[in-house]
Amino acid sequence: MTPPAAPPRKLVKRRPSETTRQDRLAALGCAVSATLLTWFVMHLLLDSPGWLADLIVAYLLYLAMLYLVTRDRLGRLAASDRLVSTVVVTGALVLLAPLLSLLIYIVAEGAPYLRPGFFTHDMSAVAPTDPVTDTGGLHAVVGTLQQTALTLVLVVPLGVLTAVFLNETRSRFRRPVRIMVDAMSGLPSIVAGLFVYAALIIPGIQAGVGLFSYNGMMATLALTMVMLPTVTRTVDVVLRLVPDGLREASLALGASRARTVWSVVLPTARTGVTTAVILGIARVAGETAPLLFTSFGALGMNANPFSDPQESIPLFIYRFIKQPLENVQQRGYVGALVLILLIFGLFAIARVVGRDRSQRKAKRITVKTQENR
Amino acid sequence: MRRAITEVLSRADRAFRRVTTGAGLTMLAILVVIGFFLVFRSGPAFDASGFGFFTTIRFDPASGVLGVLGLLYGTIVVALIAVLIAVPLSILAALFITEYSSGRIRGFLTGLVDLLAAIPSLLYGLWGFAFLGPQIVPVSLWLTENLGWFPLFSSKENALYIQSMFIAGLVVSLMVLPITTSVIREVFAQTPPGEKEAALALGSTRWGMVKTVMLPFGRGGIIGGSMLGLGRALGETIAVSLLLPQVPEITRHVLQFGGATISGFIANNSGASGLALSGLMAAGLVLFAFTLATNFTASVIISKSRSGAGVDA
Amino acid sequence: MTDTEVSYVDSPARPLVELTGGPPPGAAELESREIGAWFGDRLVLEGVSLRMPAKEVTALIGPSGCGKSTFLRILNRMHELVPSASLTGEVLLDGKDIYADGTRPQQVRLRIGMVFQKPNPFPAMSIRDNVLAGLKLAGVKCGDKDALVEQSLERAGLWREVRDRLSSPGGALSGGQQQRLCIARSLAVQPNVLLMDEPCSALDPTSTRRIEQTIAEIGHEVTVVIVTHNMQQAQRVSDHCAFFLAAENEPGRVIEHGPTDTIFTAPSDERTYDYVNGRFG
Repeated sequence: MTPPAAPPRKLVKRRPSETTRQDRLAALGCAVSATLLTWFVMHLLLDSPGWLADLIVAYLLYLAMLYLVTRDRLGRLAASDRLVSTVVVTGALVLLAPLLSLLIYIVAEGAPYLRPGFFTHDMSAVAPTDPVTDTGGLHAVVGTLQQTALTLVLVVPLGVLTAVFLNETRSRFRRPVRIMVDAMSGLPSIVAGLFVYAALIIPGIQAGVGLFSYNGMMATLALTMVMLPTVTRTVDVVLRLVPDGLREASLALGASRARTVWSVVLPTARTGVTTAVILGIARVAGETAPLLFTSFGALGMNANPFSDPQESIPLFIYRFIKQPLENVQQRGYVGALVLILLIFGLFAIARVVGRDRSQRKAKRITVKTQENR
Repeated sequence: MRRAITEVLSRADRAFRRVTTGAGLTMLAILVVIGFFLVFRSGPAFDASGFGFFTTIRFDPASGVLGVLGLLYGTIVVALIAVLIAVPLSILAALFITEYSSGRIRGFLTGLVDLLAAIPSLLYGLWGFAFLGPQIVPVSLWLTENLGWFPLFSSKENALYIQSMFIAGLVVSLMVLPITTSVIREVFAQTPPGEKEAALALGSTRWGMVKTVMLPFGRGGIIGGSMLGLGRALGETIAVSLLLPQVPEITRHVLQFGGATISGFIANNSGASGLALSGLMAAGLVLFAFTLATNFTASVIISKSRSGAGVDA
Repeated sequence: MTDTEVSYVDSPARPLVELTGGPPPGAAELESREIGAWFGDRLVLEGVSLRMPAKEVTALIGPSGCGKSTFLRILNRMHELVPSASLTGEVLLDGKDIYADGTRPQQVRLRIGMVFQKPNPFPAMSIRDNVLAGLKLAGVKCGDKDALVEQSLERAGLWREVRDRLSSPGGALSGGQQQRLCIARSLAVQPNVLLMDEPCSALDPTSTRRIEQTIAEIGHEVTVVIVTHNMQQAQRVSDHCAFFLAAENEPGRVIEHGPTDTIFTAPSDERTYDYVNGRFG
């Protein structure tokens, strides 16, 4: 029999929580005891070597106490579970700490000296004894922009085409090419620079060919060698995520493979490819090793990447922070701050671009699958 | 009678095929050229030292002594320290992301790991050299004084603790973390949900389920991810060039000043020419071979394991 | 002796191997009071009040998508594993609410076991270790493990087929064997209640028959609650039935419940009548 219609009641919606009130009190008690015991042992009994040591000791004591107390209350299994949960959360936090520390450090060291003038002049007129606020980085910024742009021009078409080759064709060369792409990703970035130096620059200087000597283009070639495998593999992954059903539908409609790739696969993968490219830019901007043997760096502005040494932001930083004089070192930090800002900007753009479609779709799918249990 | 199916391609398709194949083969060609050239240009170094190149520790072209052993030792030690620190942390972080968090925190931490990957190694080196190093020095001192009986923690009298392989390993571990965390996280995320549910339905705690189902399943991915991280650590250049004195030596005193890695050493000698340059190229070749071997082994392990099938390594 | 003869005669109760730290002995009664469930903001179950008597088999029937599986998962606190899930109401195990403050889900799941639709033995473990997995995971000790393994596999109807290869991996069995292994695994901890979520829907008829025989044999030692789409199966194995239905855009509700015979031969609600006579579903 169906029950008679009852007046609508306010239903109390709840979600059982993972920790009970007693659990939380026990944890708090352990934390307090651990802190007190640490202070007692480290400062009254022994000589504490520093706050880091105190923290580690307190943490270990906390874990031990938590384990013993939980084992007493709920048994061994619950105790190890609680212990592992705490350690896992700590592990995640430990990841946060160095990142924050690094960011804060660079901002603290560089921000006081960053002036708009950084973007309007270079270092050719600045003496080492001039104030750090006079630091000029225009030449570095221009160099980075040019080299990055040139690298993209080389890497994106080649990388995307290779990824398309690996995914959309049935060639028998696919396997060797894939192995080669993987192998190339293992090429140390310094060796790429070394290669360009030995293969192109040294003979180039001897033969007097202007293009093959220390300049921005050579750096670009080295950077290309480093970025190519990364971009290829990322785009490869993105293309693989495009469902086969779409390709089959297009082919069934009579489109050629080329047309399918151009009109169906690439547009579907557009967001992923864009994100890959933006993140690639961020990586290129920070790469230093390939530059050491190739573009050599300069103190003055050189807006021609095809001849003469050219400065870029990583070289700028590297050159100054290795100096012994603190005044000069500080200039490097200004550059470091600019680099961080650049990378964060690119990163944020990439997140926004990548988030747009996939996030909303993913959320809808998740809710639907949960309901259909 | 069997009919062979022949494909007649349209003009667009033929062009497509030619262009993409050309791109692929270009990649192939680039690497082959690089490889040949490196071998060719390293020739003089091998001629000068013969097999001794692999057994000599010092690298001093001025006196005609060329050896990669000291550099290789430093490279491997720093990389091992980095991986030993990074992998357990990665497992914890991956567990946190997949099992111990949800919604916004999960997205936040994933983004954090991506951000760690985006920071250039130059900045890690800078921070490590200027900030972290001095903070670790008292820790190294404490380790030496109190745990010095352990061979790795011993140091000579009045040693300097700055610019040690230990500190370098610590900083490199931060660069290895994003890679290993991504791989291990992907592997954990692919654990069959049915098995996880079965464990929980039997009355298991979350840790019991992780221990019984997720870790055994993810073992291949963890090992493979670690090796990928190792490959990354081996090739790390700029950070270690700032963090180590780059003087080749073999020492077990990892807590104290000293050590050199192949790429860091090359970076510090950017003006080299002649025999020295040849020696550097030979060292670079050795490093490349190592990295290749490590990455290759990693791919094999990952693809052969139960968890590896869907992972993009 | 072959398994072709279907026999649902009760076999005499056997003394169970002793466990330490396991659930209290015997079968238990489950009762739900005004259970409602949400995924996010969507209400999927409403006002489910049902008594599942001890030592009896209760079947939950109804078309797909009306919340039977969700309800089953609420009974052993698996529902809360979904981050957006929430619920209201009480579930009483022998009179005590399993959702009471301070009750740990692990304790509940030890006493209320579950067998899933898709067999999920631990593939890397041996058959023997699979059966004993529940004890290790829940912290239950047993003095005579070999006897327990034999008894559990025997109760699940798998002993004869695997007695010679207890150390081979659990993943190497056929679908029906894997499901019986899962049943043995659940029975090894000697739960008070066994929940079964369409246990035979992925299996062949022979395995199905064998499992139904198992349900009949254990049904009077353990309280069984089984979700099934197969009405004939419900008629064969259950003592009580509850008919779930969700109208369009409405949460699932129990339309009618009672003794199986009554539900199938003389239901009081017209919708029940239509369903059990195959008019929809």
